[in-house]
Amino acid sequence: MAAGLAVSIRGLTHRYAGQGAEEHALDDVALSIDRGVITGLAGPDGAGKTTLMRLMAGLLKPVSGEIEVLGLDPLRAASELHLRVGYMPQKFGLYEDLTVMENLVLYADLRGVTGAARQAQFERLLDFTDLHRFTGRLAGKLSGGMKQKLGLACTLVGQPELLLLDEPGVGVDPISRRELWRMVQALAAEGMAVVWATAYLEEAERCDALCLMNAGRVIFAGPPGEQIARMRGRSVLACDIRGNRRHFLRRALGLPGVIDGVIQGDAVRLVLAEGQAPPMAELGEDAPRIVPVEPRLEDAFIDLVGGGPDGRSALAGTLAEVALPAHIDPEAVIRAHDLTRRFGDFVATDHVSFSVRRGEIFGLLGPNGAGKSTTFRMMCGLLAPTSGEAQVMGIDLKHSAPAARQKLGYMAQKFSLYGNLGVERNLRFFAGIYGLSGRSRDRKVAQMLESFELDHYRGTQAAELPLGFKQRLSLACALMHEPPLLFLDEPTSGVDPVTRREFWSHINALVDRGVTVMVTTHFMDEAEYCDRIGLVYRGRLIAVGPPDDLKRQVADAALPDPTFEDAFIRLIERDDAARAAAGGAP
Amino acid sequence: MWRRILTLIAKELAQLLSSRRNVAMLMMPLLVQLVVFPFATTLEVRNAAVAILNEDPGAEAVELVNRIAAASAFGTLHPVHSEAELEQAIDAQKALLGLRIPPDFSRKLLEGTPVTVQALIDGRKSNAAQIAFSYIRDITSTFADERAGQVLPARIERRNLYNPNLDYKWFVLPSLVAIISTIGCLLVTALSLAREREEGTYDQLLVTPLTPGYIMVGKAVPGILVAMTQASVIAAAAVFLYGVPFTGQLWMLLLAMFAYALALSGVGLLISAISASQQQAFLGVFCFMVPSVVLSGYLAPVENMPAALQLLSAVNPLTHFIALSKGIFLKGFGLAEVVPAVSALFAIAAVTLFVAHRVFDRQARS
Amino acid sequence: MTRTLHEGFSLRRLRALCIKETKQILRDPSSLLIAVVLPVVLLFIFGFGISLDTNRLSLGIVLEDQGAEAQRFAAVAAGSPYIHLRFARTRAELATPMAEGALRGLIVIPQDFGARLAAGDGSARIQVLTDGSEPNTANFVASYAQGLFESWLHARADARGVSADPPVSLEPRYWFNPSTESRNFLIPGSIAVVMTIIGALLTSLVVAREWERGTMEALLATPVRRGELLLSKALPYYGLGLIAMAVCVVIAVVLMHVPLRGSIAMLFVATSLFLGSALGLGLLLSTLTRNQFNAALAALNAAFLPAVMLSGLIFEISSMPAFVQAVTLIVPARYFVTVMQTLFQAGDIAAILLPNLLFLLVSALFWLGLTARRTRMRLDG
Repeated sequence: MAAGLAVSIRGLTHRYAGQGAEEHALDDVALSIDRGVITGLAGPDGAGKTTLMRLMAGLLKPVSGEIEVLGLDPLRAASELHLRVGYMPQKFGLYEDLTVMENLVLYADLRGVTGAARQAQFERLLDFTDLHRFTGRLAGKLSGGMKQKLGLACTLVGQPELLLLDEPGVGVDPISRRELWRMVQALAAEGMAVVWATAYLEEAERCDALCLMNAGRVIFAGPPGEQIARMRGRSVLACDIRGNRRHFLRRALGLPGVIDGVIQGDAVRLVLAEGQAPPMAELGEDAPRIVPVEPRLEDAFIDLVGGGPDGRSALAGTLAEVALPAHIDPEAVIRAHDLTRRFGDFVATDHVSFSVRRGEIFGLLGPNGAGKSTTFRMMCGLLAPTSGEAQVMGIDLKHSAPAARQKLGYMAQKFSLYGNLGVERNLRFFAGIYGLSGRSRDRKVAQMLESFELDHYRGTQAAELPLGFKQRLSLACALMHEPPLLFLDEPTSGVDPVTRREFWSHINALVDRGVTVMVTTHFMDEAEYCDRIGLVYRGRLIAVGPPDDLKRQVADAALPDPTFEDAFIRLIERDDAARAAAGGAP
Repeated sequence: MWRRILTLIAKELAQLLSSRRNVAMLMMPLLVQLVVFPFATTLEVRNAAVAILNEDPGAEAVELVNRIAAASAFGTLHPVHSEAELEQAIDAQKALLGLRIPPDFSRKLLEGTPVTVQALIDGRKSNAAQIAFSYIRDITSTFADERAGQVLPARIERRNLYNPNLDYKWFVLPSLVAIISTIGCLLVTALSLAREREEGTYDQLLVTPLTPGYIMVGKAVPGILVAMTQASVIAAAAVFLYGVPFTGQLWMLLLAMFAYALALSGVGLLISAISASQQQAFLGVFCFMVPSVVLSGYLAPVENMPAALQLLSAVNPLTHFIALSKGIFLKGFGLAEVVPAVSALFAIAAVTLFVAHRVFDRQARS
Repeated sequence: MTRTLHEGFSLRRLRALCIKETKQILRDPSSLLIAVVLPVVLLFIFGFGISLDTNRLSLGIVLEDQGAEAQRFAAVAAGSPYIHLRFARTRAELATPMAEGALRGLIVIPQDFGARLAAGDGSARIQVLTDGSEPNTANFVASYAQGLFESWLHARADARGVSADPPVSLEPRYWFNPSTESRNFLIPGSIAVVMTIIGALLTSLVVAREWERGTMEALLATPVRRGELLLSKALPYYGLGLIAMAVCVVIAVVLMHVPLRGSIAMLFVATSLFLGSALGLGLLLSTLTRNQFNAALAALNAAFLPAVMLSGLIFEISSMPAFVQAVTLIVPARYFVTVMQTLFQAGDIAAILLPNLLFLLVSALFWLGLTARRTRMRLDG
């Protein structure tokens, strides 16, 4: 297939039923998408990415504007369009009660792929996605990464000319994400036009072309390199920090010349305002070495939206220092000892031991299905261990669970508050079940509304909140009883960089007060915030240590400065290799 | 701890009443059923069609026909002219019942010779047809006794206790108090927990100091409140709109409602404990509710059922509550009658709640 | 590969979707529960649980008078089948079981019965007290007492050697269902309820489920046509309905000995037409709500309850007030119940079947048509 224009959009505006005349899901969008390249469609929640995808797939009727996909009008020529366009929605569109093969056969029949052509395509897709071994397995029993690959395979049946992927990387581990990326790259190389929607700019950065969106508008369209080049010289890394790097970050973000900053292992990465030199005068004493580093797309995005949050958390002033009772070892406020959990024959968590000290952020990482969630759920008392011990604040969760639970705050991966209740009602509810009442309850709720800037939304139903505010509300509810321990399960899954930074500034403030945080994540920049990481693979803890230590463990001549993602993948490959050498089954 | 439970209950009620649609979902079926059911669910025979083959031109036969026509149980009379037509009228369901008055009817009646009138009954609707048949039998025997001038040595004197005119609404409404509140209570208890599970908020609750037992209480109380509210609405409508007498004590009715709602919430929680999704919980409610209504004695007397079903009926909370409701409304039940039935309800509640708690506790510990 | 396949209706796509739907039915324990277990349970419960024949009632006989005629009455009563009797000397003894409903009625021979009878002035009375809180049962009790009374008159007349034939006697002849078993008309009617459950309740969940799980969005992005989508939802459940019907008929005829006098062909036609309405309604609710819970709740209220209450299955339509009768006209189950009762007990009687089938046809076209109209092949609208 020849290179050329796959999609052309002019003046596209869309509004959902129920939106006022002034509100827009998409506002006057213009965009061209080429064949043979991957186009990243990036932007925060509510930017209009999914709406744009659906319009291109002919699933919505635009309010006004022109849209031409593969030379067709997506509405009038819907059936021809649907033969030539593959669309993978956010939930992958798989029938979980059908097997891998049955899903493929269904989509092949629907797209008219039959006979020898079908055999050849299936062969190729199963090779491609490495699902040959699992053709008889129900889709619902696949891991997140495999579901996503199957979703892609089903979308690819019939060899579409345009592939639309809506946030395919959410909830999937780095290894699977990397594999998916390679597959899609190969497809683009064959001439397919690919659109990859994402809230993660590190994903968008790898795309050949970029469309950055915010609040229904396109704020940039072009090669991502153009944006990155613009930032050259403005991204710096402050190394060898003396003292607490979280305090350092907060101080740096307070400077007028610094528009953004994140913790990266032992160092702090800063983005400077245009034309600013590194503020050595202010920061030099604590960070003797501030070196320029390669800019990222994320830096450019933060710059485009006018800078990131200032790193301050209104929470900080309201929190009391966590006092530990004398009998509790401050080195082990959370402790797992020989923790094991079996499901039938399957050992999900296999003799895992670790301890977390007071005021530490401990990250649990691992591929999908490696046992990270099982371990996490045992630590907060949602799952009973088969053997071994899980202790928080010196209390065994097996014996006095309610007492232990009063000590911990928990934020689930999926938004799990009462969607049909208002913000204030949710807060009052959680205050109530943690035993607050009367005036202390009113005071705490008012404080949370203020600290998290939820005042404006106090009566809004929780389900209607923008994603960032949902996140804040979840955190506020988890902190109602001022717990000394906080458990976060993939807290920023699918969240844009600005919201993520805001979230972490709150966490940093909590940690400052002595709160201990245990977090699971699939995202590497989130891992960099952790003081220590525990890497879980095949039910065992295969590495524990600060992020920079883990990176150093895998550094070699070929890769002197590995990213954390490199470290993650290499440590797992090493474990596989060690296992193979020991003669175990792979 | 009770404050925390109050918080749970307040949240549950806020969710139930959070939108107009939810309130409508709870109240609309109630109102529709309240308007339609008392009229629709009647086993009475009214306006039934009768086909009459009158082969006797005599005055006595005409008079008998007139009397039948005048009875409220019967609407249209279809005169037919042959045996075949009579059978056809039944076949085509133009008539529930066919009467054949023989040519010598008037003559024999006046002579005092016994005479037989044939009645053809549609067995497809044997219940209604049999009732209609007994009405016609009453009419003919009264008529014949008058004409024959014969004095019977004794008579039957009938009195209907509790409901002298056998008004069907007096029977239906106290039963509806029970049946309609069943749907509301089960849906609230069974589905709300299943929804929390589906939406992940159940985990959020389990990491708080609340134990499964407290969560159950938090779910059961709103269910009980919904059931008691709905039951009270119907009870009030029964008395004030439909004029059903209320001969017992109000507090006893409320106690009975509470005991029933408690037993039901146990059933609802048990269903939610074993359902993975709202859909399964809904089906569970359905699978419980239909047999529960059928085996409650509302549609047909329990003693007509085979022994196994009678046993089921005895452990069916609805059986006891309908008996209580009817007794308190119509029969002036006192403590002697209320205590055994209410105890049965509490016993059922104890068992269902205990089992539900066991299941929840085990799940929370796994 | 040709790119012309997108034109028009495709049997291949329809077949693929039907296979998918069928596999989902077979793998979902809850749909099997609804389709197979529930019908069996319901049929048994309706068949054995609802007996309107009232032939195992308990009655109390209070002999306040112990004279010879009272004894004769007691002997006649004791000799009658079915009814359980409890004898007592005073009403007070039986007041509690009467209030509790353990006894459905009392027949009282008053103290002065013998004396008045002897006087021969016709003033002797036998009192029948029924439990009016259950009017249907009360009527049966009264007519049973009437029967006992007549038997007693006969016995008395026989003893005296005179005839006691009433001047006019009514001779019942049962047309269909001569044994007057209520099961014989309740079972065919219950099959209509079972078909409603499969047709409306189960299908109300299926489209909503696709919306909830996000598979509908993926499906709409393929070349699938509206007709294919709808038929693929309707056909498997139609098949399931026919299987359930076969199960029901076998249970009814073989296990419960309900006679089937009509033809299988007619049964098939009627079932198909009724399933058309039920499936149409179920799919419509599912399409409109896009939410399983609301769809199921709506189906419960719009299909299931009317099928039980307003179909004439248990409650006689002609006895309802005019406005309720008017409502029953739009309940498809009403026509199907009539057809089923006729087919089982009477046979293929054209005069009844044709108008009812015609209505079922109209209703099926209406609901399916409305569903087709309301089905959008886009996410909006």
